[in-house]
Amino acid sequence: MGIKVYGLTKTTNVARVLISLEEVGADYEVVPVDFATGEHKSQSHLTRNPFGQVPAFQDDNDVMLFESRAISRYILRKYKSDLLREDDIKEAALVDVWVDVEYGQYNAPASAICYNVIVKPMHGEEVDQQVVDTNLEKLKKVLEVYEARLSQYKYLAGDFISFADLSHVPCTYYLMLTQYKSVFDSYPHVKAWWEAIMARPSIKKVFDIMSA
Amino acid sequence: MGGVKLYGSPMSTCTARVLLCLEEVGAEYELVPVSTLTGEQKSPAHLARNPFGQIPALEDGDLMLFESRAISRYVLRKYQASGADLLKEENFAESALVDVWLEAEAQQYNPAIQPIIFQFFVVPKRFGVSPDQAIIDSSLEKLKKMLEVYEVRLSKSKYLAGDFFSLADLSHFPYTKYFMATPYASVFESYPHVKAWWDDITSRPAFKKVAASMHGS
Repeated sequence: MGIKVYGLTKTTNVARVLISLEEVGADYEVVPVDFATGEHKSQSHLTRNPFGQVPAFQDDNDVMLFESRAISRYILRKYKSDLLREDDIKEAALVDVWVDVEYGQYNAPASAICYNVIVKPMHGEEVDQQVVDTNLEKLKKVLEVYEARLSQYKYLAGDFISFADLSHVPCTYYLMLTQYKSVFDSYPHVKAWWEAIMARPSIKKVFDIMSA
Repeated sequence: MGGVKLYGSPMSTCTARVLLCLEEVGAEYELVPVSTLTGEQKSPAHLARNPFGQIPALEDGDLMLFESRAISRYVLRKYQASGADLLKEENFAESALVDVWLEAEAQQYNPAIQPIIFQFFVVPKRFGVSPDQAIIDSSLEKLKKMLEVYEVRLSKSKYLAGDFFSLADLSHFPYTKYFMATPYASVFESYPHVKAWWDDITSRPAFKKVAASMHGS
């Protein structure tokens, strides 16, 4: 049977799970879910993810999960990855803090920009520049905090890379495809941090998968 | 020394989330008030604790944490020996389900319920205007969709992650507690398993204690 990830690889939340799988070197299969035909609301998909979203995840031992950060934690624990730092209660706590910061602070402005600038034009919709500008200001405030943090430590949770850093990858990948990538130039430590992450073999592989 | 310091306000939902964990494990702690009414959370002293200028923050020796769900995990891990096992980290499959439903609380439930609380309680006080009923109404529709999912889940297991109480259930308490003080509370009556789950978790001693301080002075 093996690991199955349900969703499309271009989707940020699906990509998050693929990052964890690639980091631990697990074998897995991606099973596409066709939003155009409403497959995400089908009975069979709803049994995997009752909120009708992607990703959904299935493992050999009948484990069925949803929510990409929960799935990622499961994978990293199962394969005893060091990316959660669960052997050290303080380090693990700092990983948890910055995973929650990614969702609570970074993700909203970054994905609002990406949605307006990348997704809307794909559907022939107009870019709402005011929304982009407002979120750009919010993102800059977040990046100021990140710059201060990454001036003290090599990575977000400390001098060790963790799931907290990698959780930022899918959204940032798309942000870097837009003209707004230049905003990172004002935050040299953040830029260096991103470049270090991008150099990881697992991340390069996931970028290839996402852009395929 | 002994004990941890929690910076925040007992009436704040996110502070209450951590207070519940501290009470559940019977930890020694000190609640250090940080007033959002005076904007104290943006003071340099507090920004040194939480660079995003929010409450709560938790200090344990040289460790400073923020983000209430991250703090909660730390508290529950640190005091696991107390007998309260709300993370189930010894059991692989169970801990995964705790994570799933904690994420569901943060990513699905919270965005639906939070605007209702904000409009009903905060907007009149902070801005001196009436709540935006359109926002409340659309959030209520989203919340009902969430409750439909929860009703199915809680028909299959007593609590969200399984037949055991966990951080996933606890994390829903603060916002839901305030929701129950709005005119919209009756929405829960249409979801009998959710209502039963709510009645069960609110009967816990830790919940009664924290609830009292939420509605306090």
